Amino acid sequence: MLGLAQLFAGRLVKAAAILITIVVLNFLLVHAAPGDPAMVMAGEAGAADEQFVAQLRAQFGLDRPLTEQLATYVGKVVQGDLGYSYRQQRPVWDILWERLPATLLLTLTAFLLSLALGVLLGAFAAVQVGRWSDSAITVLALLAYATPIYWTGLMLSLLFAVELGWLPAFGYETIGAGYTGLDHALDVARHMVLPVVTLALFYMAAYARLTRASMLEVRGQDFVKTARAKGLGPLRIETRHVLRNAILPVITVAGIQAGQLVGGSILIETVFAWPGIGRLAFEAVLQRDYQVLLGIFLVTSVMVILFNILTDLLYGLIDPRIQVAR
Amino acid sequence: MTNRDFWRGFARNKGAVLGLLLLLAVMALAAFADILFPGDPWEMATAPFQPPLSGDALLGSDMLGRDIAAGIAHGARVSLVIGLISTAVALLIGVTLGAVAGFHGGWVDDAVMRFTELFQTIPNFVLAVVLVAIFTPSLTTIVIAIAVVSWPPLARLARAEFLSLRSREFVQAAVTTGQSNLTIILRQILPNSLSPIIVSASLMVATAILLESSLSFLGLGDPNAMSWGYMVGAARTMIRQAWWMSFFPGIAIVLTVLSLNLVGEGLNDALNPKLARSRG
Repeated sequence: MLGLAQLFAGRLVKAAAILITIVVLNFLLVHAAPGDPAMVMAGEAGAADEQFVAQLRAQFGLDRPLTEQLATYVGKVVQGDLGYSYRQQRPVWDILWERLPATLLLTLTAFLLSLALGVLLGAFAAVQVGRWSDSAITVLALLAYATPIYWTGLMLSLLFAVELGWLPAFGYETIGAGYTGLDHALDVARHMVLPVVTLALFYMAAYARLTRASMLEVRGQDFVKTARAKGLGPLRIETRHVLRNAILPVITVAGIQAGQLVGGSILIETVFAWPGIGRLAFEAVLQRDYQVLLGIFLVTSVMVILFNILTDLLYGLIDPRIQVAR
Repeated sequence: MTNRDFWRGFARNKGAVLGLLLLLAVMALAAFADILFPGDPWEMATAPFQPPLSGDALLGSDMLGRDIAAGIAHGARVSLVIGLISTAVALLIGVTLGAVAGFHGGWVDDAVMRFTELFQTIPNFVLAVVLVAIFTPSLTTIVIAIAVVSWPPLARLARAEFLSLRSREFVQAAVTTGQSNLTIILRQILPNSLSPIIVSASLMVATAILLESSLSFLGLGDPNAMSWGYMVGAARTMIRQAWWMSFFPGIAIVLTVLSLNLVGEGLNDALNPKLARSRG
């Protein structure tokens, strides 16, 4: 168990380093933005007379040296103070906190679904290598790779919501229906189908290709020949010996791509009016609400770190050697 | 490797040949956009909400009567130019950092790789959105934002190549003959590590085009340049009434990105023939 503790300690140090860098980057971005932050804030508040700007400058310590400002900024972020959105007249943290659950629900479901389906399809393609189903999966993966996810989302909603009317086209729940308990959960689930599938589709394709390539590689190794020589059945060899080893690089890549998945939620939530952080990012872009945008940058980075820890746990689950080896 | 070997390797991959033809078609469309569709693609050309194949608009018109086909042709330019330039900038950043890390090794390598890893963890699309929004959308800010978020894989690749070539005899020979580090990096190692870098770069052009289209879909495109992502984004709310407005620009993106991916795979097969054969 010492190995696992060490692994987590290492992860935590790394996560802390990443967070500090992002906080500093945020601070620099605010200062690098064209125009003085006090003027920007005054503009957001809708007033720009000289006195008000001077007052803001003093209030936020913008007349102090840059290093002192950075220290104050970091101190505030550590306490969970991410600034104030004048557009929405609320602290940034409150706005983000309210939107976080919807985004977590969407991205986590899509992440697990894409991983599960991707591995399944890739394994199927590897077993069927050379047959038409293998080619079909390869072509599907190529197409998914080339299609912008927001467009996939639009087209799926055109087909399944507008034309066929099977699923709701947008939103998180049926507004005004007043569902409770299980009905509410089912209602949210129905609304989730299109955004989750759209987001998962792209990554599923990536993982399918990777699983296929990885399985073909593992299959040629000696221990697989040994298993075959022992007389094990083909199904047992493919699942227990080949897939279990082939899946490791897939999970590594899934961890690396978690950031892109979280970023992709901006597009998906915009298309499906999903009331999460991504949709908030789109609104913040429209309103040029930089405080909110930078807060989103920080929160999504934290999400990526959490996803990485999740992949580490998956890794340890599949390959018990990890605990000792690292 | 001779030219003929290269083309033979490339042509063995049927998909790559198809991709190359597609890519040439998109390039021709971009080059001849002014002749095929003269005039400003932002100007009203026909009645609004014309469905495809009706009147004088082959692919229909949008809510302001702009010709969708003209927008696609002019948008091809923006996509290809942004894709190519931002990849070039990303190559410059990534290969430089990777080369320095791989060549020097030790603490320089450590520091550069930590930095690279950090950039890989940051949700890169969010960073691109933040950068373009704060520095106001324009062709320059978009190119820089895309380059800033896409260099890390190139740096890792270049580092690995440099690290393995660094200890080879011909490099050692160059060191003993007293060549400067810069000369060794540029004249000895770089030419020998080009093929994997070229393959990654060609795939990166495709990713850059997708990124640009996503940014302009969110309204973060250059306001003076017609682009495919913008066309889809602007028509998004009208999909119930007029599907063609967002359908055709999306198809243009898919075909262009697909062609680049196929060409990239073909390049891979042609430049690393051993790998291609072993993959079966």
